[in-house]
Amino acid sequence: MEKPLTQHIIPGRAPLSLKEYEKVGGYQSVHKILKEMTPQEVQALVKESDLKGRGGAGFNTGLKWSFVPMGPDAATPKYLVANADEMEPGTFKDRMLLEGNPHQLIEGMIVAAYAIQASISYVFLRWAYKVAAREITKAIQEAYEAGYLGQNILGSGFNLDMYLHTGVGRYMCGEETALLNALEGKRANPRAKPPFPQVSGLFGKPTIVNNVETLCCLPHIVNNGAEWFKKLGLTADAGTKLFGVSGRVKTPGCWELPMGTTIREILEDYAGGMQDGYLFRGLLPGGASTDFLVVEHLDLPMDYPSIQAAGSRMGTGTMIIMDDQICPVGFTLNLQHFFAQESCGFCTPCREGLPWVERILLAIDKGEGKPEHLLTLDFHTKYLGPGNTFCALAPGAMEPLQSALKYFREDFERHIHEHHCPWSKAKAWQPSI
Amino acid sequence: MLTAEEKHQIDHEISLVPAPKNACIEALKIVQQNHGWISDESLNDVAEYVGMSPAELDSVATFYNLIFRRPVGRHVILLCDSISCYVMGFEGIKEALHEKLNIQYGQTTADGRFTLLPNCCLGTCDCAPALMIDNDLYRNLTVEQLDEILNKYT
Repeated sequence: MEKPLTQHIIPGRAPLSLKEYEKVGGYQSVHKILKEMTPQEVQALVKESDLKGRGGAGFNTGLKWSFVPMGPDAATPKYLVANADEMEPGTFKDRMLLEGNPHQLIEGMIVAAYAIQASISYVFLRWAYKVAAREITKAIQEAYEAGYLGQNILGSGFNLDMYLHTGVGRYMCGEETALLNALEGKRANPRAKPPFPQVSGLFGKPTIVNNVETLCCLPHIVNNGAEWFKKLGLTADAGTKLFGVSGRVKTPGCWELPMGTTIREILEDYAGGMQDGYLFRGLLPGGASTDFLVVEHLDLPMDYPSIQAAGSRMGTGTMIIMDDQICPVGFTLNLQHFFAQESCGFCTPCREGLPWVERILLAIDKGEGKPEHLLTLDFHTKYLGPGNTFCALAPGAMEPLQSALKYFREDFERHIHEHHCPWSKAKAWQPSI
Repeated sequence: MLTAEEKHQIDHEISLVPAPKNACIEALKIVQQNHGWISDESLNDVAEYVGMSPAELDSVATFYNLIFRRPVGRHVILLCDSISCYVMGFEGIKEALHEKLNIQYGQTTADGRFTLLPNCCLGTCDCAPALMIDNDLYRNLTVEQLDEILNKYT
């Protein structure tokens, strides 16, 4: 099984230095594009490879790039940003790539920057990733010294500067326009679209924001071609994917597997199945903002269309398992507490609605719920859903809520009718503030 | 008053962006690194230096979870309270910390040693529960490990 993204990541060991990375073929894609390909050809290749954004939205990467104005009349400078914020609960895949092989990310960023003719690039890294910050700083320095960054890269006339920016903690920074506001020294509120960042992004200039895993795929697509990349996937979706599992499984972790690997295979063969004494009840397939899937979905392939057809989203591909010993109401309350806390407060439905949802869930969890509370929650899943808020934070929050109300409704009803949490062993979740 | 070294570092950040105010978050980080938190006085100094009103800069400073507008202890404990850590029982860790340190969330120990804060996902969900103290990450936590961990920080 080919594992292009993680082949040079050795757990417990420092990542490859630039010299070591070059010895195993690192930076070959940079030589190739600068000598043999036009930016438009790189864009066309990536579009043809059907690489979909790995940050959660799953949009065709080459197509996203194609909206950037090109040619001598395009505004300059253009910017490329690696979104390494990764703050969604349950999501920890990019950390592996950032800590394990930072040169692969830098190589991918050079490919992307060349494709859109960006001359300034940023790695927007979340504050908590201290090891990654250290390794990326070192790798950027090495890349400058080797002539892969800076002016006139490899004598091609192409220029690219790269900076590491560490955030100061706010989930909103993962949303691409909010991330740009954070980079500009502002509150990380989302921006109205259009204009899209591809046309007017950082400091009003054309900007592409790509996820870390997406960028790490690029060197391999350039080196091996679009058809090779497509064939890595088992189903209609192209490439490999980092899949992760957390919760009460025997061996939680993160693995690079072909796109389209089934949930059951990931859970049983890689995560080792459920811990003794725990039964599977449900999972969030790709982070905290995805809909629950249950037992009947275990044989689904993990790819964008299959998970979408089952009523959820593949998101980041990092699953959170809900076992039978944890209260579904408490589980949902924990998620809604997170989203309520992290709402930027910019638009009213999100600012007011999420704390309302949290308060209702807390009341139900404490045994103070009323039957009409479920109707109010249903109401929120509709009015905080897509199209009613400024960005995707509240609609994302509604995904686990609406599916919990669908699959675990009797658990909610039991709390209300019995006036206490039936999971007597578990203490009720107490929000921190 | 900003020190000469702080001004030097902030000037470098300003040189990378179109306008001085674009470097305000970096400036706050530099000052917080030295003082542990952003006092009103520090906020006013930074605001003046980057050409913003104190109110405008405060609106940025208070938006971000890790810019501290109140004094913190010598070490800040960030306990992950997100879903994977919840499933794996972080609440036992939380209660043990409350008891050992005799503080609740948002408070600082009487000796000024620790401040305890809840933190959303630390991105190490496969090794839950987890917490961070300053720059150090602790994973797969058990209550039994806490004394040894806390003793590392004076």
